[in-house]
Amino acid sequence: MCTTCGCGDANVKVEGEHGHHHHHHSHSHDHDADHHHLHTHENGDLDFGQGIGGTHAPGLSQKRIVQIERDILSKNDHLAWHNRDDLARDGVLALNLVSSPGSGKTTLLARTAKDIAGRKSVSVIEGDQQTSLDADRIRETGARAVQVNTGKGCHLDADMVARAIKQLAPEKNSVLFIENVGNLVCPAAFDLGEAAKVVILSVTEGEDKPLKYPDMFRASKLMILNKSDLLPYVPFDVDKCIENARRVNPDIEVLQLSALSGEGLDEWYNWIETTGTTLQPAEAG
Amino acid sequence: MHEMALAEGVLQIVEDTVQGQSCTKVTKVWLEIGELSHVEPAAIKFCFEAVVNGTIAEGAALQIDRAPGKAWCHNCGKEVHVASLIAACPLCDGFKLQVTGGEDMRVKEMEVD
Repeated sequence: MCTTCGCGDANVKVEGEHGHHHHHHSHSHDHDADHHHLHTHENGDLDFGQGIGGTHAPGLSQKRIVQIERDILSKNDHLAWHNRDDLARDGVLALNLVSSPGSGKTTLLARTAKDIAGRKSVSVIEGDQQTSLDADRIRETGARAVQVNTGKGCHLDADMVARAIKQLAPEKNSVLFIENVGNLVCPAAFDLGEAAKVVILSVTEGEDKPLKYPDMFRASKLMILNKSDLLPYVPFDVDKCIENARRVNPDIEVLQLSALSGEGLDEWYNWIETTGTTLQPAEAG
Repeated sequence: MHEMALAEGVLQIVEDTVQGQSCTKVTKVWLEIGELSHVEPAAIKFCFEAVVNGTIAEGAALQIDRAPGKAWCHNCGKEVHVASLIAACPLCDGFKLQVTGGEDMRVKEMEVD
């Protein structure tokens, strides 16, 4: 059972991966100061004076308190730290795209992969519960893609992404898009090692989404308002939506575009370029 | 249902911690779940009871302490209590808030037998 994603190994499928996957969560390496360490106050000795009453009476249970002080997501965050480290070393800009189902993530990614192919090498990790339909759509553009099926899982976690990165082997100084499972709740909690989360909201949804699902909008660096070509036909208040998003995340950046008509896409490509240079260290040689 | 994944995370930390310990049972686990964190206490409690079945922590009580949500209000120039990510400053009703606390989800300690 995978302890970070909560689903059985058998349910998580990474395209192209062969054999049984073993989790290697307890390897040794250089740590940065941010790591969480266990500091139990125990050394395995039996000390009957440590019972709750501070004494020992025969036949009574010996209850002891063990200090832990560890973040519930520490294992996921540890793996994410490794992903981030590996990606930064190769100068790979990783963007974690999150949204509700149907916001147009895959259409935007397919178009982006095609349009920037001449400038940057693009690879994509596609997360869905089932099927490889999305990865197939990306591959049709000529970009490399690997599908991760989460089975019953509602989000990608850092371990799945580590396995997918291994399969994909993104080129140095490239862009890696991670299309998360369509879900505005769960993926907010899981760091994958990305440079930034990008939340996509289509104008056919409500402008109150940032208030209904604040965790996701708070976790994101950029909000993309997609399907802007439909604005004349839907009662979507762009200003109100931006106001709502900034209420939960005063620093969130906003782009308005249509992956279908192409409107606003140049700003998106510029954002990728600029973010790539500000968030990443100097290009890897 | 990311609560199940988080409950699995709690169990993993508990199991890691009991390794090499002289105990046969985990009877209680204390969590600190911040008011602004990604999980509802009732949901993680429900999932915890399910995932500990058949483990050393089967039947363990789960005590959840809430850490209050805190934010720095740029209008008021002071730290205020906020109960959610969409709450306004209780002093000025403004939204120029920077979250400063209450986002953690931690396993604090456990009682073993």
